[in-house]
Amino acid sequence: MNQLKLSILDLLKEDARLSAATIATMLGAAEADVTSAIAEMEQEHVIVKYATVVNWSKVSDETVTALIEVECTPERGRGFESIAERIYLYPEVKSVFLMSGAYDLCVEIEGKNLKEVASFVSNKLSTIESVISTKTFFILKKYKQDGIVFEEFEDDHRMPVSP
Amino acid sequence: MIKNEEKPQMQVERSAASGMQHHLAASARAIPPSGIRRFFDLVSASKDKDIITLGVGEPDFVTPWRVRDAAVYALEKGKTQYTSNAGMPELREAIAGYLQSGFNVKYDPANEILVTVGGSEGIDLALRALIEPGDEILIPEPCYVSYSPITTLGGGVHVGIETFAEDQFKLTAESLRAAITPKSKVLILCYPSNPTGAIMTYEDLLPIAKIVEEHDLIVISDEIYAELTFTGQKHVSFASLPGMKDRTILVSGFSKAFAMTGWRMGYACGHPDLIGAMLRIHQYTIMCAPIMGQVAALESLTKGGLEEKDRMMESYNQRRRLVVQGFRDMGLECHEPQGAFYAFPSIRSTGLTSEQFAERLVLEAKVAAVPGNVFGKGGEGFLRCCYATSVAQLNEALERIHAFLRKLES
Repeated sequence: MNQLKLSILDLLKEDARLSAATIATMLGAAEADVTSAIAEMEQEHVIVKYATVVNWSKVSDETVTALIEVECTPERGRGFESIAERIYLYPEVKSVFLMSGAYDLCVEIEGKNLKEVASFVSNKLSTIESVISTKTFFILKKYKQDGIVFEEFEDDHRMPVSP
Repeated sequence: MIKNEEKPQMQVERSAASGMQHHLAASARAIPPSGIRRFFDLVSASKDKDIITLGVGEPDFVTPWRVRDAAVYALEKGKTQYTSNAGMPELREAIAGYLQSGFNVKYDPANEILVTVGGSEGIDLALRALIEPGDEILIPEPCYVSYSPITTLGGGVHVGIETFAEDQFKLTAESLRAAITPKSKVLILCYPSNPTGAIMTYEDLLPIAKIVEEHDLIVISDEIYAELTFTGQKHVSFASLPGMKDRTILVSGFSKAFAMTGWRMGYACGHPDLIGAMLRIHQYTIMCAPIMGQVAALESLTKGGLEEKDRMMESYNQRRRLVVQGFRDMGLECHEPQGAFYAFPSIRSTGLTSEQFAERLVLEAKVAAVPGNVFGKGGEGFLRCCYATSVAQLNEALERIHAFLRKLES
């Protein structure tokens, strides 16, 4: 990938609302080049979507998130692909990672409450044929996600005017 | 006992009645209050949380965590002692390596490098070591606000050399030559420049070096912004010019490039005779720079620390382009600042003085910037705007300034 695209991604991942004109000025590039680079990356699904990072703990109807270690038997020829797909198609599944180490898939699940997550694990996840075992870990508090710190703190301690 | 307690009280009363000014040294009385201070008071007094400030002179980054962590670890391990007067040997070695690989200047850590409390102490020591009463100190302006008062304190005479936007605020050989007299002793260079963002290239510096040689001057080169150059022109240290190393006291530090302003870590490099004299003053007044800061500075110069620095530099450059374009789009003339983290747009077209403009900008548009006149000759008619703040804040500030300009026009 060329440098312009990398620089654009660096800026957009911090603030997806930056306009192509602003990005062009910041990078010292032509606006047309920036626009077409962004369009290309959208087409290639390098840029998947422009989403908002939400601190859900601040929203009144709180949700429950759990990480689940899933041990499973891979399928001949397809490995973990079809099992992963069967799992990630559920809307309550936020992310699925294939892991090295003691277990195979790491599944992040979000539910309205503890019961809902528990029921998903016992009724849907554990009953998939190739799933051997699951271990569920509830997330108690998010400190940092995708490079963004959730704690609020005053980070500009500078005096308003200095030489 | 009662008498002892009463005595100090009586002294306070007497002093309030008659004032204590007459006890002050003439040199201390001669220092004018900083123009920046007055403006600081104005902004602070307003207590308006909504003010966006472009008036700062420091990075918006917090010192990278790895550097803070190194200092915390050193504290935990009980590193709380004095260090050698010149600074920890390993730090001086790291500085020597950094200057050689980055700026092509070679200093012996044994006797040519002195670790100071910020670049400011380096400037102070250098001037104290050099000035005799009546010596003329040549200072290109607009410039950082400390050179002139320190010169005055030492009994020196400050000779400002005006630089101009038409020359991109570079010091020209003609204006330097015109300012030189038989009493000229020191030339202070500060490039990349606070407040103008000007830089001096190798070609720009060569004729200056020639004059320095001709007139047997010493150069104090304040290179605190050396890392912050943006247009592909890497900073040229004055000491790296042919024949200039022995005539130059290079002053620099960690504040700007490494986001370490509050640590107060700087250094001065030069001929052993000059650094030796500065070290003597330093050992009687300061003893040594704080050990915690030295540990942190050492971490900044590791591979990981230098990578953090590079990441910050790129971010300044992006914001520099945004701000300069923003000023030009709203019709203000703004020469391209090629270094430091300041834009220095001209506000002459508004018909206001720098102070009037800056004051009204705070009160009416809630944007703080520093009036250019506080930086000496040639600063009137300009505004120093530091772009080390978030893109969102910069865009908002630019919008407010633009609206303020429209209001002035109507």
